[in-house]
Amino acid sequence: MIQDLVIAIVFITYAISVLMGFGTILTWVERKQAAVMADRIGANRAYLRIPFTQVKLVWLGLFHGMADGLKMLLKEDFKPKTYDWYAYMVAPWVVFTPVLLVFAVVPFGGVLIPGELIPWLSGWFGDRAYPMQIANLDAGLLIVFAFGGISIIGAMLAGWSSANKFSLLGALRAGSQMISYELIMAMTLLGLILVYGTVDLDEMVRYQSGIVLGFLPAWGIVLQPFAATLFLTAAIAENKRIPFDLPEAESELIAGYFTEYSGMKMGLFMFAEFIEIAIIGALFTTLFLGGYNLPFMTDSGFSFPGGYELALPHAAVVLIQLATFLAKVFVICSFQILIRWSLPRFRWDQVLRFAWKFMFPLALANLIVTVFFVWALQ
Amino acid sequence: MTKNPHARKQYVRKQYWNEPTMGWYERAYLPEILRGLAITSRVFLRNMFKWMTGRKGALTTYYPEETRWDYAAGNRGKHILTRRPDGSPQCIACNMCATVCPAKVIEIDAGFNPADAAHPKFPTRFEIDYSRCIFCGLCVEACPEDAIRMVKEVPNLPSGDRRTMWIAREELLNWQPRDDVAKPYPPPPSPAPARSQP
Repeated sequence: MIQDLVIAIVFITYAISVLMGFGTILTWVERKQAAVMADRIGANRAYLRIPFTQVKLVWLGLFHGMADGLKMLLKEDFKPKTYDWYAYMVAPWVVFTPVLLVFAVVPFGGVLIPGELIPWLSGWFGDRAYPMQIANLDAGLLIVFAFGGISIIGAMLAGWSSANKFSLLGALRAGSQMISYELIMAMTLLGLILVYGTVDLDEMVRYQSGIVLGFLPAWGIVLQPFAATLFLTAAIAENKRIPFDLPEAESELIAGYFTEYSGMKMGLFMFAEFIEIAIIGALFTTLFLGGYNLPFMTDSGFSFPGGYELALPHAAVVLIQLATFLAKVFVICSFQILIRWSLPRFRWDQVLRFAWKFMFPLALANLIVTVFFVWALQ
Repeated sequence: MTKNPHARKQYVRKQYWNEPTMGWYERAYLPEILRGLAITSRVFLRNMFKWMTGRKGALTTYYPEETRWDYAAGNRGKHILTRRPDGSPQCIACNMCATVCPAKVIEIDAGFNPADAAHPKFPTRFEIDYSRCIFCGLCVEACPEDAIRMVKEVPNLPSGDRRTMWIAREELLNWQPRDDVAKPYPPPPSPAPARSQP
């Protein structure tokens, strides 16, 4: 149907612009938040001059991201003498693409009824309803893990094909670290799947608009607080950011597996990392923070614990859901940046010991306790 | 069993007085992590609150838009040339300051003044390149005539162009001291008898 195609294009455009926007904004947020946390001012020199005037727009240094992008595009595209030229070229894209693809199954809003939203198109759209999600798949969470796992290959390809020992060491670290923490991520989410009874992310969000214990929203972080902590930790490790940035430890490995990359190829690695921050935020929001809904909110309006109902028009619901999702994702991104600028880096043996001797048993214990509770409640 | 004379002594790790010791609470890891995050987020929120209420949250000075007022008491940021009572520069263009200058920033062109028998040489051009000056004060120490000194004020240096960072003789000379301790100029010689012109 042509209507479905239009809606799909709108959703894909929205999703990609949200991700790219987050990737760009987060470079600024990271700089500024780090500066404010350290009693500094942060980047504030890049400006746009309005043509033919002396008016310089600084906007708190927001244009530094543009300056970065321009610099990366105009820099020399360094080519190392590598024996595997094809892998070297393709590696940044292998890292970058899956990060974008993960977002395909993340719902960023409830059900959209275009005919109700835009009255003059109601004749064309009829009463079609679309969940605000690029791909409404039953296997949502599995897709997340499938695509999340691919970016490991990109990191290892980059390290292997760079013909550089620092890169190779970084790639080895990236491989072992990401595989370990991928496992822990999956283990923590198993408990969540048991509680929700589904792997469909949209279903999970719907479950979370319910109420537990009579007054708390049935958010994942309320039902599974341990899993939430472990998942966020494992996700940061998966994203190779401080305190788990061993694969690119600057003081040891120059830049780890992308030492030999320059210009926009290096920019792709960095951009993938920043977009992955937003992806982690989106996943954490969807799985543990009630997704696109405010507490006690459903697609028809609010239903508060006291039995009090508040119906909202469709347009208001859609706007609130879109805004809520973005706000929650932004808060989680900001929290990740807070962690990144607060904690020192682990030593290499500590990273793996932390994964296998500390987090893995905790995740298993969490799973077992969850299994018993779910079994007892049935 | 005979003692092996070549056996090394067992290495005993030195115990320091501030050896880190961790109790179970620190080993539990998460509480201490949370404490650290609380500290950094407290600083963040405090600075953001300051910023939103119109104060500056950072310790940084926005140089060159802002300059500090609290220069150190011993700071000497600008050169001046002293003058004789009649207003001419005390400098005799001996080039000692330019020679001793480690950054080679002083440029002097000498002129000849036959009317002043005691100091026939004087600078026609005396320029200092502040983009390279390191403010070491060696020029002041080298000067035999106490002609160049450094004062507390700072020249208005920030500029986008290094060619505008030169300070020339006219600006160096307009030092207006309240109490000049320059050495007194010897009394002017009595007018010489008019020579017969050939």
